[in-house]
Amino acid sequence: MSDTGHSSNEYVTAMIGDQLFGLPIQRVQDVFVPERITRVPLAPAEIAGVLNLRGRIVTLIEMRRRLGLEDRAPGAACMAVGVEARGESYGLLIDSVGEVLKLDDETRQPNPINLDPRLARVSAGIHRLDGQLLMIVDVERVLDLGTSAAAA
Amino acid sequence: MDDLLREFVTETNESLDVVDVELVRFEQDPNNAQILANVFRLVHTIKGTCGFLSLPRLEALAHAAETLMGKFRDGVPATREAVTLILAAIDRIKHILESLDREQREPDGTDEDLIVELQAMVERLLSPQTPAEPHLAVGTLTPQTLERPLRPGEDSLDDLERAFRATEVDPIARRPKPAPAEAIAKDDDLGTAKNGKQSIRVTVDTLEHLMTMVSELVLTRNQLLEIVRRHEDSEFKTPLQRLSNVTAELQEGVMKTRMQPIGNAWQKLPRIVRDLAGELGKQIDLEMQGADTELDRQVLDMIKDPLTHMVRNSADHGLESPEERRALGKPPHGRIRLSAYHQGGFIIIQIADDGRGLNTERIKAKAIAQGLIAEIDAEKLTEAQIHKFIFAPGFSTAAAITSISGRGVGMDVVRNNIDQIGGTIDVKSVSGVGLSFTIKIPLTLAIVAALIVEAGGDRFAIPQLSVVELVRARGGSEHRIERIKDTPVLRLRNKLLPLARLSRLLGTDTRKSEVENGYIVVTQVGTQTFGIVVDAVFHTEEIVVKPTSSKLRHIAMYSGNTILGDGSVIMIIDPNGVAQALGSTVTAQMADADSTQAKHTGGEQTTSLLVFRAGSTQPKAVPLSLVTRLEEIDARTIELSNGRHMVQYRGHLMPLVSMDEHVRVKGEGAQPLLVFSDGVRSMALVVDEIVDIVEDNLDIQVASDNPGVLGSAIVKGQATEIIDVGHFLPLAFEDWFRRKELPARAARHTVLLVDDSPFFRNMLAPVLQAAGYEVTSAASAQEALAMIADGLRFDVAITDIEMPEMDGFAFAESLRRDERTAELPVIGLSSVISTEALERGRQVGLHDYVAKFDRQGLIAALKEQTDVSRAA
Repeated sequence: MSDTGHSSNEYVTAMIGDQLFGLPIQRVQDVFVPERITRVPLAPAEIAGVLNLRGRIVTLIEMRRRLGLEDRAPGAACMAVGVEARGESYGLLIDSVGEVLKLDDETRQPNPINLDPRLARVSAGIHRLDGQLLMIVDVERVLDLGTSAAAA
Repeated sequence: MDDLLREFVTETNESLDVVDVELVRFEQDPNNAQILANVFRLVHTIKGTCGFLSLPRLEALAHAAETLMGKFRDGVPATREAVTLILAAIDRIKHILESLDREQREPDGTDEDLIVELQAMVERLLSPQTPAEPHLAVGTLTPQTLERPLRPGEDSLDDLERAFRATEVDPIARRPKPAPAEAIAKDDDLGTAKNGKQSIRVTVDTLEHLMTMVSELVLTRNQLLEIVRRHEDSEFKTPLQRLSNVTAELQEGVMKTRMQPIGNAWQKLPRIVRDLAGELGKQIDLEMQGADTELDRQVLDMIKDPLTHMVRNSADHGLESPEERRALGKPPHGRIRLSAYHQGGFIIIQIADDGRGLNTERIKAKAIAQGLIAEIDAEKLTEAQIHKFIFAPGFSTAAAITSISGRGVGMDVVRNNIDQIGGTIDVKSVSGVGLSFTIKIPLTLAIVAALIVEAGGDRFAIPQLSVVELVRARGGSEHRIERIKDTPVLRLRNKLLPLARLSRLLGTDTRKSEVENGYIVVTQVGTQTFGIVVDAVFHTEEIVVKPTSSKLRHIAMYSGNTILGDGSVIMIIDPNGVAQALGSTVTAQMADADSTQAKHTGGEQTTSLLVFRAGSTQPKAVPLSLVTRLEEIDARTIELSNGRHMVQYRGHLMPLVSMDEHVRVKGEGAQPLLVFSDGVRSMALVVDEIVDIVEDNLDIQVASDNPGVLGSAIVKGQATEIIDVGHFLPLAFEDWFRRKELPARAARHTVLLVDDSPFFRNMLAPVLQAAGYEVTSAASAQEALAMIADGLRFDVAITDIEMPEMDGFAFAESLRRDERTAELPVIGLSSVISTEALERGRQVGLHDYVAKFDRQGLIAALKEQTDVSRAA
C-alpha cells in the first residue's frame, strides 16, 4: 500500500453465479473456451478435468465448486481463465468473462466479517462498484486445495 | 581468464570426486597399481594446472599429497592414517575450490598444518626403510617399468612450475596455450588410455529446451499420423512415415543426452561411508548395484542429496557397533545396500541396511506428542503406518528415531525432494533386522509405448512395459470371469488371476451389476500378476509422459498424463497403484533386495490366502494355490449317500467334508465349496462363506492342537486360523494317502523334503504323499545331509532355497560334491524367483525351480524328475 495516493491495479472481471469477481491481470495468462475436457476420476471435486491448450496440459478448477456454489446447469456455457503457478498451468472455470477494470487500491475494503467462509477463504478484499460488489480473487488460495498434505 | 578458471574449478571438482572413490578403493586393495596410477594422474593434473593459474595454496597442497602418493607407488604400504591424511588434503582442496568459485581467488590462510603432516607422514613411512632415493631407485614391481620414463618429465614439470612462480612474469599471456599442451603431454606420459572421445559442455537449459521441442514434435507427428489414418490413400503417407522415423530417432538422441548413470550420484558415498565408519568405530560394507542405471539428469540432481542423507543415516543410526552386532548374532560388518533398476516406466532406488530398524514405539510417541495423531487412533495403526510418520513435515528434526544418538533424520526433506520430481518413497522396517527405503521415480518426460483403453466412458493409457498379455473375457467361453465372494478372478492357464475392473477402481462404474464381458489387460508389477478389466482396447501409441499436476499427484492410480494424437489429454494408469488398490503391496521387492531379512523374519514374502468362514466367526484361511477350484453349488443338488454328503461334479461323485460339526451343509440356496483335486479325485470342503482373497505375510504365530488347524496367523490385521488341508483329504477318501492303485508304479518314489518352516513341511508332505510319493522331511540342510550320511537314499530331493545357515543353493552344491548323491535330482522351492536366482540355481545344479505355492508345478516337476531317473 503506497501512501502517494494512486496505486491501482487492473482486474479481469468474471461472473460466477450472480457474483462479480476480479482476478489480478498480472496473474491471468489468457482467457479461453474450454473444449474437450478430460475428466479425472478420483480427483478432488473442485477439479473439473484436464485439457490440452496449445500443447500444454491445463488442470481445470471449477470455481463454482471451489466457492461452494451450485453446479452450473448442464450444457451451460462457460469460460476459463488461464493462470500459472509454480510452472503448472491452471484454468479457472467461470460463467462468463467481462471487461478489464482499473481499480484504485484505496477503495478496496477488507472482507466483511459475515462473508460466507467459502468465499472469504479465497477473497483478497472487496471493491464497491456502481450498483454491485466485486470480490478480488486470491489466486494462490484458490489453487491451494490442500491435496498435497493428504498423502501418507 | 574467468572462463579458464571456471573450467578449471569444474574439472577439478570432477577429478576430486573420482579421487575420493579411487582412494577408498585403493585402501581396500593396496596392491592395485592401476587404481593408484589413476589417482596419481588426477592429482598430478590438478597440481600442474594450479601452477599455471598461479594458485599457490592449491599447488602446494596438491604437491604434498602427490609426494605422499608417490611413496605408495614406490611400494610403501598404504596405511589407513596415510590415506586419511590424503583425503583430508583433498577436502581442503575442495574447500579452497569452493571459495575460488565464489570469489575468483584463493581464500586467505595457510595449509602449513596439513603440509607439515603430509611431509611428516612421508618421513614416517620411509623411516623403517632405507633412505628415499635409493629406495626409489630399487623400485618395485611391474608398474614401475611402465612409469619409469615419465619420472624425469614429472620432475621437470615441477621445476617448470617453480620457475613460473619465481619469475612472476605476467602469466596471463601464457595461460591459454601451455595449459592444454601440458595436459596432453601428461596423459601421454602416464600412458593411461584416456580415450579420445571428444566432448563439449552444454548447459542443462539448452538440453531442456531441446527436449521440450522434441516432445512437441512427437505430439505433432502423432496428430499427423492420426489424420493420415483417416484417409486411406494419402500421398502424405510415405513422407510422413519418414518423418515419423526421423522423429523417433531424434527423440531417442535427445533423451540420451539427458541421461546419466545413477552411479554419478553415488560417487561420493564410499568415501562418506568410510569416514563415518572410522568416526563411529563401525564396520560397514557398502554395496552398490545397478550403478549404470540411467536416469534423467535433472532427476539425478534432485535425488543426490536425499540418497547421501539416507546412507549417512543408515551408517550413523541404523547400523549397530560390531560388539552389539556380535551380541545379536549378526555378522560384525554392517551392510548398506544401494540398488537401482527400471521397473515399468519407473526407476526404483532402494537403500537397505541390516541394522536395528526403526523404533516404532518412539515414532508413535512422537507422532502423538506432535499432535499428528490422537493416542486412541495411534493404537489402531499398524507398524508400517506408524513408520510412515517419519516423512511428516517437521517430524524428524528433533529426537532420535532410529538411534540412541539423538540426531535428527530429516526424512521430510528427503520426501519433499522426491515429491518435487513426482516420485514416491516408502519405508519398510523390521525391528532388529533392518530398514529399507524404496524410492520410485517416474521417468518424467520419457516417451513410452502405451496401450489406449476405455473404462467407464473415459480413455486411459496403460504403459506397455507392464502389460503381459490381453485376454478377451466372455461369459460361457473358456476365459470367463469367475467370482470368489466379491473378488472377480480369471482362471488363466491353471492360475487364478485376481481381477480389478478399472472403472470400479476409479469410481466411474455406472453399472449396477458386474458384467461378465470385457478385455483383461494382464499386468505384471514386480512379482505380482493381475488383470485390469477394461471395456475396450484401442491401439498402442507412443506417448510423452508428462507429470500430473501437483493437485492430482496424490492419486496413486495415475503415473502421469499425456496428449494423444487426436489432441485430447488422457491419464496414464500406474499399474503399481492398481496393484495397491487390489489390496496387496508389492512387498516382494523387499524380499528381493534383502534375502537375509526374509530369513530372519520367516518371510517378508507374501502369500495369496483364501479367507473364509466356517463354523465360527473367526476367519480361517488356506493358501490359495492349494485350492483347485472355488464353487458355489445349488444346495438341492447335494445328495446323501452312505451317510455322507456327495455332489455330482464333473461326471464324478465328489464327497463333501465339513470343517467340524459346527459347519452345516445347507439345505437350500447356494453352498460355497473349496474343491481340492488330485488327478481324477476331488473332494470339497464345506464352508459357510468365502470372504476374500488377500496377499499377506503367512507367519503362523500360535500352533494349534486342533486337528485340521495348523495354527493362527495375523491375516490383514485379524487373527486367522490356517487350516491343514492334509487333515481333510483322508476324511473324504480314507485311502487318500495310501492309495496303492496309483497309475501302476512298481515302487513308490522316495522324496526328501527340506524346509526350515514346519508350516511348509506340514503342508507339502501330505500333498506329496497324496501324489504317491514317500516323503521324508528334514528341517534343515544339515539334517538332510546327516540323513544321507546315515545311508538313507532318495529318488529326488526338494529343497527350500531361503533357509538360515545353509541355503538351498549350498545344499544342492554339497549334494553334487558327494558322489553318492551327485546324480540326485534336486528341485528348488522359492517364494522369490528372479532370473538371478534361476541362473544361480542352474549353476549349482538344481534340476528345476518351482514357486513355493505352485503345487501343480511341483508335482509336475517331481513327475518329470522321477520319470527321467527311471528312464536313466
